[in-house]
Formats: sequence, structure tokens, C-alpha cells
Amino acid sequence: MTNTPLDSATDVEKGRPFNRAEFIEKYSTFGIFLILFIVATVWTDTFLTQRNLLNVLRQVAAGTGIMAVGMLFVILTRGIDLSVGSVQAFGSVLCGYYIVQLDIDIWVALPLVLLSGAALGALTGIFVAYLKLPSFVMSLAMMAIARGLSLVYSQGQPIVLGKVGAALTEFGSGRFLNVPKPVWLMIAIFIVAGIVLNYTKYGRIIKAIGSNEEAVRLSGINVPRYVASVYVISGMLAATAGIIAASRTGIGSSQVGVGAELNVIAAVVIGGASLMGGRGGVINTLIGALILGVMTNLMNLAGVPGYHQQVWMGIIIAVAMLLHFGVTRVKN
Amino acid sequence: MHGWGTEMTALVELRGIKKFYGGVKALKGVDFDIEPGEIHALLGENGAGKSTLMKVLGGDIIPNAGSIVVAGQPADFRGPADAKAVGIQVIHQELALAPDLSVAENIYLGNLPPIISWSALNNSAGEVLNRLGFDIRPKEPVGNLPIALQQIVEIAKALSKEARIIVFDEPTAVLSGKDAERLHEIMLQLRMNGVGVVYISHRLDEVFDVADRMTILKDGETVGTVNVKDTDMNKIIRMMVGRPMETMFPEKKPTKIGDEVLRVESLNRGREVMNVSLSVRSGEIVGLGGLVGSGRTETAKMIFGADPKDSGEIFLNGKPLKLKSPHDAVQAGVSLLPEDRKGEGVVIDFPISVNSTMAGIGKITNGFGFIKRRKEGREVAELARKLTLKCGHIDDAVSTLSGGNQQKVVLAKWVFAGGDVIIFDEPTRGVDVGAKSEIYGLINKMAEDGRAVLVISSEHQELFGICDRVLVMGNGELRGELKPADYSEENLLHLAMASGALEKDGESHD
Repeated sequence: MTNTPLDSATDVEKGRPFNRAEFIEKYSTFGIFLILFIVATVWTDTFLTQRNLLNVLRQVAAGTGIMAVGMLFVILTRGIDLSVGSVQAFGSVLCGYYIVQLDIDIWVALPLVLLSGAALGALTGIFVAYLKLPSFVMSLAMMAIARGLSLVYSQGQPIVLGKVGAALTEFGSGRFLNVPKPVWLMIAIFIVAGIVLNYTKYGRIIKAIGSNEEAVRLSGINVPRYVASVYVISGMLAATAGIIAASRTGIGSSQVGVGAELNVIAAVVIGGASLMGGRGGVINTLIGALILGVMTNLMNLAGVPGYHQQVWMGIIIAVAMLLHFGVTRVKN
Repeated sequence: MHGWGTEMTALVELRGIKKFYGGVKALKGVDFDIEPGEIHALLGENGAGKSTLMKVLGGDIIPNAGSIVVAGQPADFRGPADAKAVGIQVIHQELALAPDLSVAENIYLGNLPPIISWSALNNSAGEVLNRLGFDIRPKEPVGNLPIALQQIVEIAKALSKEARIIVFDEPTAVLSGKDAERLHEIMLQLRMNGVGVVYISHRLDEVFDVADRMTILKDGETVGTVNVKDTDMNKIIRMMVGRPMETMFPEKKPTKIGDEVLRVESLNRGREVMNVSLSVRSGEIVGLGGLVGSGRTETAKMIFGADPKDSGEIFLNGKPLKLKSPHDAVQAGVSLLPEDRKGEGVVIDFPISVNSTMAGIGKITNGFGFIKRRKEGREVAELARKLTLKCGHIDDAVSTLSGGNQQKVVLAKWVFAGGDVIIFDEPTRGVDVGAKSEIYGLINKMAEDGRAVLVISSEHQELFGICDRVLVMGNGELRGELKPADYSEENLLHLAMASGALEKDGESHD
């Protein structure tokens, strides 16, 4: 070491040299998205139109996008939440149940829906964090419970929101600056999540827990509280996705979000998050969700039949992951 | 009785065995032989090379140099199967049992016929266990048994096979006095049947009871092989220690030793920690010595709230401390630098800065939970300077650092968090010599700043070099205290290994 200690003290604080490997890891997801975007533009005439692009965004907002944020938080702690699709249905049904059947004012009902989703998440979280049940198992149980509850409260029938829910359906079909309102909501959620993850103590600690839980615990951090909290967030955001689904269709339905957990997990993982915890970011998760949205859209535009779409979806997810891992391996 | 004249051929001879791991010389030319019908003890401190040598014998590792001669014929062990084929059975310290399978299945695992007759299997397993004198049901899943009995199953597994040599690697570490005696009877029985027994143990008095010969290893070399009747415990301990005192310990400024900060009263957990009481004063560095597995780490983790305790009280500055988790301990001002740096000390893929502020994150967080990045940068750069941390940038991952500098990051974490008590568990493990000396200096600094310091180390010279006094543990108990005037490895090992107190305890637990 030629540095005197004092020099190194200032050196180590400022200006960090460009690191090619880190750059690739950060932007490989965006690269995949860009390629897909160009392919879609060249392949079809209709892809690159304002109407179609906004349509894709709206579908992402109502589907995987918002739930992917909650899932990202869970996955960062090295957990998994399989209940998101069911909790989305629960949120959708409760919109109808509270607003139509209990006749609660909509501005009271919606926060109640969010709280209900958070409560289911809290239940999962407590079992995972304090009673040490594997998150896979507990969220699988919650998946059944939430789906069951949505059938119970809807009695298996769609609940039409009608006039009392007009404010909600107006939000679902409304636009602001020509962009659908649900898309604005999704953008807002992503921004808040990005700030939390990158600039707060909370975000730093949940990432660290996923990377080495024991080291964090032995640093005197109350780990179970943090672990439980990510499931609360995931439950609340799944309920939010349920509200959006209800606002777009005008009904509270227990059939919303069947199998959604797979797309949500796929979005997070395509976004470069590690299922082993500790690694992942908000912007890449959004891009991951957009990649899935664009692919679905592209297949629709290209006229791929619905049943075939699922097969292609699986294949494309596998290929995207291969590309991603290939790139990260180059780095090492 | 029995003899081992030159006329007898050794069952196995290891000649000039060398094993290097990178630049580390684990074995530097060791000779060792086992004759039929003898109990040959292999002795040495932690890290002397005993386990490595037994791995060579068991075919688990291939030596860089040296030869293995089996019954006069040179042999070439390419894997454990080769060693087993000539009748060498090694019972390792780490048990290799399948916890969900039954005792009988475990005993015959690897020898199971294609179609299993359960009654025959259970009967013959029962016979082996009976012969050993232990009442274990062959149908019991192994995972339900206490560790001591699992050890017996492991031994039964070795005995169920054709064995000419059996290696016992510290089998009594987990056994109570009575069970250990029964195990010794088994060894004597094996000896009568002409089996060569290799016995590794840290309980010297037991070794003297049963062994015929002893080979002492030190720093990867054979110090010597002696007949038990020609030697005594003092001579053996002297052979095991006696390396020159290293001159790497920085001068400790005469520190004002203040009031008692930490007091622990009769801490207990199972057989791991029994009735441990100690106290540390402000400015004082107290060592906790003993052998691996003597309960030191467990004691430290209980004081830190990381492991639950069965009973006992902890006082900080005279006030009782109720610890449910490390969170409570850190809040109260107790810090622990853990033994397993990579697994427990640092989040290794995360930046130096994040790791350094982890335990005191509240100091760089504003009221809304936002991290003050600029303040964090300044604080961490200052810590890096104070601890002479050699790094490229404070936002580089800890994994880019050398072992010694990684340890300094853990230290930085606790310097930043503050507090009154700090416990170091093996602070210089895996750290190169230069960084070691710096870490000793930093430990001194902690005491000079008025903290109460407790240091656990298996390098006894290290304890003598930095501690004001050394407490010695053995088998979960506090065995005694050494003052600087009494500092010597002989004294420490006498306290750690003499099991007079242990026998008494063994009785009370039965």
C-alpha cells in the first residue's frame, strides 16, 4: 500500500471507478426488453401505436405489475408469496362485498379492502417470521384460504358494482393526461417502492436479510419484524391489484388472478432478482413485468391462439432466464 | 499381555505423509503406524494435523507425498472405498448418519440386500448393539436419539463391518463419564480380538487409562511416539506445546481497570454450558480459553442473546439483563464478533459501508427512516482510517477484502455501534500474521476506551499475549483462572483437560 491512511480515507469515500460487470448485471434486463421491443415493432404494424402501448401498460397495471412490487420485497428476503393471485381475488370480491352488499361508503370501503389484504399478509408473515414455517408452505396455505374466502364472500357469484361503485369503475376506465388512471397508480407505487428500497433503512435491511439473515440478526436487528412486514406489503398490494381488477371490469369476482402468482414471480425473476434473496431492484422488476406484457400483446397481435400462448410464454420465460444467466456468468 | 516387537508386522504404516492446501502445510512428513491388538492414541492441539492424518488413513484425501503400507504391501488409496476394502473404518467426529432412517438401517446402510428382511436386519442390529452393551431399539429413527447414542450407532456401524483398524475421532466429546467408560471397554475388547484401534481424544487422563502407545503431533509434524508406561501426563503436555512465544503482541498501555461491567451468574444450557459464572470489568481484557467444543462459543452466544439459556442471570452495570434476541443485547450495549465471520459476521456480498453501519443504523437514519448517505460515507471513511482498513472503496463488497480486513469490517460495525461490552470469538481465525497484530492492537484499543472485553481463542499464546487474565473452560464448565504469572500452555491444558471435576459432574447427570 503506497497510500497514507489519510489519502485512502478520502479516496475510499468518493468516486468509484466504472465496473463493467456491474453495468451488465444492472442493464441486461433492459437489454432483453429493448430487443423484444424492436422485434415487436418490426414484426407488426400495430405494436408501436399509442393505443396499443397504453393497452399493454394498462394490462400490466391490472395484472402482474403491482403485485410484482410486493413479490419483489418478499423475494428480497429470500421468501416467496404464492398467495398473491388469491389475495387479488379476495380484494376484488371485497370491493363488491363492502360497497354493494354492506353498502359501506366507497372511501371507507377501499381502505378496508387494503387492510383486509394486509391482514391476510400479516397472517402469512407471522407464521413465516415467528413460527418459522417455510414461506412456500405457508403462502400455499394462504393461497387456498384467500381463494376460499373470496368464494365465501361472493358465494361464488360475481358481484356487480353498479351505481354505488360508480366512482370505482370511473377510476378503472378513466384517464389522466391520456394515460389510464390505473397506470398512474402503478407508476406511483413503483416510485415509492424504489425510494423505500434504495434510500431507507427498511429497504437496506430487507435486502441484507435475504443475503445473510444470521449476520443481520447478530447485528442486533429485529429480523422477524422485517420478515413479517414484507408479507403485509405483498398482501396489501395484491388487494390493490384486486381493486384495480374490480374497477376495470365493474364486478367483484372470485375468479380473478387464478395462476397469477406464476406470472408475478416470473416478472420478478426476469427482472434479475435472485430467488436466493438479497438481489433485485424496482426498475428491473417493472421491466420484467413489461417484458411479459409485451410478449402477451405480441402474441395477440400475431394471432397466436390462446392455448398456444401459454406454451410459448413458458418457453420464452426459460429463454429469457437463460439469456440473463448467460450474461451474468460472463461477468464472473 | 500383549506386545509390539519388531517381529510383528504393522497393520498399516504411514510414512512421511505430507499434505499441502495451497501454501498451508497441514502435514509436513508424518510417520504413524498401527499394530494389531493395540490402542494407539493420537494427540495434539487443535490444528496439529490429527484429523488430516486420519483422513489420509481413511482414503478421504490423497496426500501430496508419502506412502501407505498395508500389511507390508504398499497401497494406493484413491478414495474411502479403497481404505474400507482393507478393513480401515473411521468413525468421524461429524456423524454421518441418516436421521430419518432407523438405527438398523443406518448400521447396515451400504450393505443392504436388494430385498430387505426386516426381522433379520433388526435382529442382527440388535445383536451388535447388545454386544456394545447399549440398550438402543433397532427400529428407532436415529434422529430421535440423543447425540451420545447416535455416536454409539456410528460405532456399531463400523463394528458391523469387517474391521482390522478402527479410528475413533474424539468419540467421548459428547459422552458422559459412564458411557465413556463403556466405550473404553469396547476398545479393550477390540484390542483383544486383534483389531488396531486409533484413539483421538482431548481427555488426557482417559487416554492414559486405555492406550498402549501415543503419537504426538504438533504443527503437522510427529513430535514422537512413546509407550504409555514410559511416560506421564506432564511429559506429554510438554510434547504437545512448547512453541516459541511469538513477538506479535503489541504493548498494552497500562489501562485503568474500572468497575465491573458484565457479570454472568450460573449460566446453563444442557451439557454444553454448565454453571458458568464470570465477570469482566471496564478496561479489562479477559480471555476464555479451552479446547474446541468446551462451551466457550455457546456461553458467548447466550450472553449476546443469540441462543436461549436454560437458566442463569446476566447483569450489565449491576442491572439484570433480559435478553430475548441479539436485538436486546445490542440495544443494551453488548457486542459480539462471531466465530464464523462469513456466515455470521458480515453480509459478504454487501458493501463495506452497509456492513459497517448495520448495528448502529439508527445513527445515520433520519426521522422518516431515510439513510443519510453523505453522513454514512464520512463516518465509514473515518472508521476505515481508524482501523487501518485496506480497501479500494467503501462501497465495494466485503468479499473483495482479505480475511483480516473483513474482520476489521466486523470490528468497525461494533466500534460504530458503541456499547460497554464486546466479546471476540476467535478474532484472528483465518487472518494473516500482519493483520493479526493489528487486530490485537484494536482489541487493546477497545479496552483502553473503557469497554469490558471478553476474548475467546483456541490459540493460547494469543490469550496470553493480550489478556489480563484467562478463564479456562472444559466440557461446558469453568475449570479455573490463570493470572499472567501462571500463563503457560501446560497450565492451561491441565485445567482444560483434567477431568476430575468432570467425573463428578458425569455422576450427577446420570
